[in-house]
Parts: sequence; structure tokens; C-alpha cells
Amino acid sequence: MSTTTVSGRFKSLARISEFVSQFAEEAGLDETATYTVLVAVDEACTNIIEHAYGGEGRGDIQCACDVKEDTLTIILRDRGDPFDPASVPEPDFNVPLQELKLRGVGLVLMQKIMDEIKFTSTPDGENILTMIKRS
Amino acid sequence: MDIKTQQYRRCDLVKMKGRIDSQTAHGLGDTFKAITDGGRFRIVFDMSEVDFVSSIGIWVLLDTQKTCKRYNRGELVIAAVNEKIRYTLDLAGLIHFFKIYDDVLEAVGSY
Repeated sequence: MSTTTVSGRFKSLARISEFVSQFAEEAGLDETATYTVLVAVDEACTNIIEHAYGGEGRGDIQCACDVKEDTLTIILRDRGDPFDPASVPEPDFNVPLQELKLRGVGLVLMQKIMDEIKFTSTPDGENILTMIKRS
Repeated sequence: MDIKTQQYRRCDLVKMKGRIDSQTAHGLGDTFKAITDGGRFRIVFDMSEVDFVSSIGIWVLLDTQKTCKRYNRGELVIAAVNEKIRYTLDLAGLIHFFKIYDDVLEAVGSY
């Protein structure tokens, strides 16, 4: 498993994207699948910065990637506030435009793009997000 | 962030290059807002050189669409979006809120 750590700032996300792309290619993901994985990773990291840390520059994000056969595993770690996905109500997009509420789009994208997502927290305050994509 | 605007008689054309993400989406939102604050609500968004859109970008597009379509005064249409972005919009369940044209000229001409 390879790891990179970046500062929790939006401008760091390009580095995480580049890092993950190499492993997406190694796992045999096609162009569209790779693109969607990068979207999912961007969403996850943005959520870490905005919600776990409550803003930029308040902590680091560690990204680890592993490829086994045709499976890409991405693990993001942070030391911000823990996240419970059940706390975000599932949005309903089958409503008239003027009634549309977009809270939770990032999480919806992550859940639809990745084959598996798991949020855990350790007793010593580390949040671990594991995302798996199979090609 | 690279955004250009062009006003036509019947609509405004906005073209952006690169990524629409946490760093750039607000600038795009401000561009759209400047157009709608000016009383113009028919917008073509040329996405031919946009290579990435995250949820904040989707939010900006939909927020602008809400403004444009209010009172049936106009609409934001999308032109020349790449297949990967289109796929992701569809996956999110939000593509039905936009008319999408393959071609910018066709989109501008639709007004």
C-alpha cells in the first residue's frame, strides 16, 4: 500500500487526484471509471476539510491506495470530527426544480460511484474512510 | 480559473476551462450571478473545455438554473459537455434538470 499525506486545503486535492489516478490505471479502470473515482475522492476530501476539520488548514489528510488484481482500495484518514453518514438524510431529486435541496449530493455521488464505502473512527480520534472500486 | 462571457442578442454565453471544484465553483457562480443580476436569464454554458465537475459545481449550475427558470423567464442550458461529466451528472440523478446540446452554436441558436 502506498501513502501520501497532504495538508487539508482545497489546493492539495489535485495532488491526491494525481496520486489516486496512478493506482486507478494499475487496477485496470477505464477512463470513465477513473474519472468517477477521482470525483468520489474529491468529494470525500472536500467533506473532510469542510466538515471534519471545519475549514482549511486545520489538519492533514492521509491517502493510501492499494491495488489487488482488479480492485482499487482507497483509504483516507483524518483527525477531525467523526462523520456519521446516517446523519445526512438521503436527498430526493425527483422534485420540481424550485423545491430541490442539494445537501448530500457529494455523499450520494460517493455511494453511487464506489462499490463499497465504510466510515470508521478509532478510539484515539482517527477517522478512516475506506472506498473500494472494482474494474 | 478561466471564464469568458459573451453577450448575444438573445442569450449570454459563458465558457469555462478546467475544473469546477471547491476552488473555482464560486467564481463561476459569481459570473452567472452577474448575468442574472443584470436581468438576463438565458444562458448557454459552454463546457467543451471543462474536464472535472464536483458536487459544488453541480450545486452552482442548479442554483443558477433555479434563478433562470423562476417565473419562466429563461433557462441555463449546457453545451458540449464531455461524456464522463455527463455520466456523473446522470449517476447523481440530476441530469434531467438541464437541456444538453452537443454543440455550442446549436445551443445559442436554440434561443
